[in-house]
Amino acid sequence: MKTRAAGGAALLVLIALPAFLSSYQLSLLTKMLIFGIFAMSLDLLLGYTGLPSLGHAAYFGVAAYTVGLLALRVTNNFWLDFPAGLLMATGVSALFGLFALRARGSYFLMITLALGQVLWGIAFGWRSLTGGDDGLPSVPRPQLPLPWALTDGVPFYYFVLAFFAVAVLVLSVIVRSPFGRALVGIRESERRMEVLGYDVWRYKYVAFILAGLFAGVAGNLFVYFNGFVSPSYLNIVFSASALLMVILGGAGTLLGPALGAAVIVFLENLISAYMERWVLVLGVIYVLVTLFAPHGLVGLVRARLGAERA
Amino acid sequence: MTALEVERLSHSFGGLAALRDVNLAVAPGERLAIIGPNGAGKTTLFNIVTGVFRPSSGRIRLLGQDVTRLPPHRRAQLGLARTFQITTLFPKLTVLESVLLAVQGLDPVRFALHRPREHYRHLLERAQSLLAEWGLADRRHAVTGQLSYGEQRQVELILALAGDPKVLLLDEPTAGLSPAETASVAQMVRRFSRDTTILLIEHDMDVALELVDRVTVLFQGRVLAEGSKDEIRSNPDVAAIYFGTDDA
Repeated sequence: MKTRAAGGAALLVLIALPAFLSSYQLSLLTKMLIFGIFAMSLDLLLGYTGLPSLGHAAYFGVAAYTVGLLALRVTNNFWLDFPAGLLMATGVSALFGLFALRARGSYFLMITLALGQVLWGIAFGWRSLTGGDDGLPSVPRPQLPLPWALTDGVPFYYFVLAFFAVAVLVLSVIVRSPFGRALVGIRESERRMEVLGYDVWRYKYVAFILAGLFAGVAGNLFVYFNGFVSPSYLNIVFSASALLMVILGGAGTLLGPALGAAVIVFLENLISAYMERWVLVLGVIYVLVTLFAPHGLVGLVRARLGAERA
Repeated sequence: MTALEVERLSHSFGGLAALRDVNLAVAPGERLAIIGPNGAGKTTLFNIVTGVFRPSSGRIRLLGQDVTRLPPHRRAQLGLARTFQITTLFPKLTVLESVLLAVQGLDPVRFALHRPREHYRHLLERAQSLLAEWGLADRRHAVTGQLSYGEQRQVELILALAGDPKVLLLDEPTAGLSPAETASVAQMVRRFSRDTTILLIEHDMDVALELVDRVTVLFQGRVLAEGSKDEIRSNPDVAAIYFGTDDA
């Protein structure tokens, strides 16, 4: 009950915020929500199932490229492009999952990394389709039968917020469902789960595809938001920063990764104004988090609350 | 029909033969101890019966069905459960959560993802009643990794019982326990339903012989002797292994 009330309050704050923010701040907040969905999707693998994917950008990027290409070259029809983006993201994750889930631990990490880099290579090299290094510029936002144009910052923010809220709701049901609880059991002891009657591979595979689907939602929204997608949204640095969002916020918690995403987006924005070596800062953050907050920001808050109670 | 039948089972790790031509047949409801010195192949036998390893050769029939090629979870669904010698509990999860996972594992809703688990009341009811029945109800919110060794062993047994197994393999349930804890685990095993077929690996001969109807002795991967408790007690080969005699 308490969490539901807190969630409702947070949603109200997010609904009210545009009234107090400049258009630039609002676009930053929009980006935080989109990356929040992306980080939550990865957490389903990393935090809940214990699968450290270092190629999660693949599904985000594939969705973004699919929507971008369709909107630019075929038709800017939301009802066609958006589902197509999701279909590609889930399709690619269903394919990659077949390979990646044959391995465990750091081997799983290496395979997801390699598969992700394959897509990066395609986006980088196939210039006639993807524009190569230059990416796909001026992707239009969708036109929906709404009284507000999504080209404006505020309506687009609410458009993204609606997806964010639905993603949180759906993921919160999944992680509390028998399926979601089984994922946690698999994270803790795979061998035990097998003996208890669980088809471990099937659980991991479905989790892998669901994570790809939600990453696809984020990728779709991002290309509309940014109007541009380039191979850098498919590469290892982007995958790694998603991992960092999850770890910073709190792996295995529902909203921690979204919080982590917000912090990373904020810091990136702040720091890249002063220096170019943003990735270096990411590395420092990673070290600090592992040393001082191994359970992420959510873990810190929980420990503080627990200490007060005791 | 036998509850469990192992036919001409052999297994080797690299060139090392762990099991050679092992035959076993356990009747429904029977309790069989498998004893033998370290390295006799007892745990290997359990790992093959539960599907952790594929045997090099031989067959395994569970309740009449050939399960030699089935993965572990399919065997579990047919009614096979086991405990582990090295505890592989869920150390970070609470006792209740662990038992819920065990209850859910053989339930048709184990794959449901569209509703929170609380929606399925029968899972919680079953888990609570298991905990109450086996005297761990007041520890249900404790984190499993923080329980005493004896309590962890109890959780181990409850997880194995959660699915009402037809055949239960117990791998040294009293290993590493104090005499008092051993007694309470033995008491628990004695209370198990007589419908459950039990195979028990045990180092402690006294504990083993007290809990079972029949004994199979493994030695260097072979069945050295089998028979009633008295037959095993008076078997000179067994005595030679366990106590050492001049002609051994």
